[in-house]
Amino acid sequence: MTSALSIRNLVKEYVPGKPVLTGITLDIAGADITAVIGPSGTGKSTLIRCINRLVEPTAGEIIFEGRDLVRLAGNELRAARSRIGMVFQEYNLVERLTVMENLLTGCLGRMPAWKALLRRFDPEDIARAWETLETVGLTDFANARADSLSGGQRQRVGISRAVMQRPALLLADEPTSSLDPKTSVEIMELLAQVAATKSIPVIINMHDVELARRFARRIIGMSGGGVVYDGAPAGLDDAILKRIYGGESWLH
Amino acid sequence: MSAHPRTWQRFTRAERLARFSVYLAVVLAVGWAVHSVEIIVEFIWDAPEQIADMGRRMWPVAWWFYPKGVHDALVETLNIAAVATLLGILMAVPVGFLAARNATPSRLLNNLARLILVSTRSISTLLWALFFVAVFGPGALAGTLAIAFHSIGFIGKLFSEAVEDAHRGGIEALTAAGASKLALIQYAYWPQVKPAFWGIALFRWDINVRESAVLGLVGAGGLGMALDTAINLFQWDRVALVLATIFAVVIVAEFVVTEIRKRII
Repeated sequence: MTSALSIRNLVKEYVPGKPVLTGITLDIAGADITAVIGPSGTGKSTLIRCINRLVEPTAGEIIFEGRDLVRLAGNELRAARSRIGMVFQEYNLVERLTVMENLLTGCLGRMPAWKALLRRFDPEDIARAWETLETVGLTDFANARADSLSGGQRQRVGISRAVMQRPALLLADEPTSSLDPKTSVEIMELLAQVAATKSIPVIINMHDVELARRFARRIIGMSGGGVVYDGAPAGLDDAILKRIYGGESWLH
Repeated sequence: MSAHPRTWQRFTRAERLARFSVYLAVVLAVGWAVHSVEIIVEFIWDAPEQIADMGRRMWPVAWWFYPKGVHDALVETLNIAAVATLLGILMAVPVGFLAARNATPSRLLNNLARLILVSTRSISTLLWALFFVAVFGPGALAGTLAIAFHSIGFIGKLFSEAVEDAHRGGIEALTAAGASKLALIQYAYWPQVKPAFWGIALFRWDINVRESAVLGLVGAGGLGMALDTAINLFQWDRVALVLATIFAVVIVAEFVVTEIRKRII
């Protein structure tokens, strides 16, 4: 199977000469969860954000659907972004819009300007929004304002918005870090379900090693801006965790 | 090891000296200011008498004159304020977005927009009115444009600050979903700045009602024109009527604005 996303020698320097990502090369394929783990400040978030260019890469290539995302600009970049869904730690909903409106904003990337301006959403998109709300169990909240929801509900709206994009790839930047343990598991289950039903790869960067082990088919361990482990969760033993996070007292 | 000192002072010697110099500077500045405005003491002693005299001329207020000479001017004033506020908003909102650093990531455009905001605001409404009266002749059009242009700076500045205070999250998410700049403004910025926008617009309308009441003094239409005529003809009872009308309008506008704000914010 050809990979959905291939990253080649990706480098990011916020300050010249101090790379946060030191030449990452990865191929992502399949229809399951890839978890990126690693200590804070090691560039997990930067890696995810370089993929859809919320952060500008300094060097390297990111090949997605046959094009190098790093070289895209303007409408081409927007078109590529609309094919990549993203879920955020702080949900990043537009708080003062309703749940339904938030879902429909996921379609903005592929709507002609005049339709967006007049809020002429495709009837098919609206039908899909209702279906999506049903799968995440928020049908009753369609007209509730996003800021009236709980954290778990907001994250489900965030995921629904990403699904509305009909993405070929889903990125999630610490999607469970602001949630309680039970809700975290529910959100991870939902992300796994999205990966399976839409058959798209989901890349999640996360803190919780146990949660990563439980839901990911593949784990990428990062440390110091580079990849130090790339493989199945089963291979993630104490020695490797020590390599990723350093120290060992936290392991016991 | 030193023993604790027995004395304590709130300020060090240098601080005391600095504070004293500030007080001295203030006193000197006030003294200089009073000297340079050249107050004529006789006029001050005379003032109560003058005020009483004017009060007598103003009383009784010429209420009967309202339907004949003030009502139309009042309507004109309100219309000037409404149209001018609307025009001001139309011109100020784009400039406000250009001035906001998050919505417009171009230093050049930011500064250009800010220049527009500062310059329109720094020219007072009366000066704008003199200019437009010269261009379009006396009347409501000149007054409307004067207030509209002066409003740009006020509305635009407050609006751009509201835009800059918008939460980044929703904007980032819609960017990631491939939304265009215009869609970002409509779906991510606008819902967030809407309450502030209405607050600013209503507040400015409230100010503009007061401004347009004065503008007639330079021939730009509205109540001020009626006021000017009455003053020039020494019809103090009519002056009193216009003043009472302005006062009533300001009170009503204040009340209306407060009520609307309560409901929409």
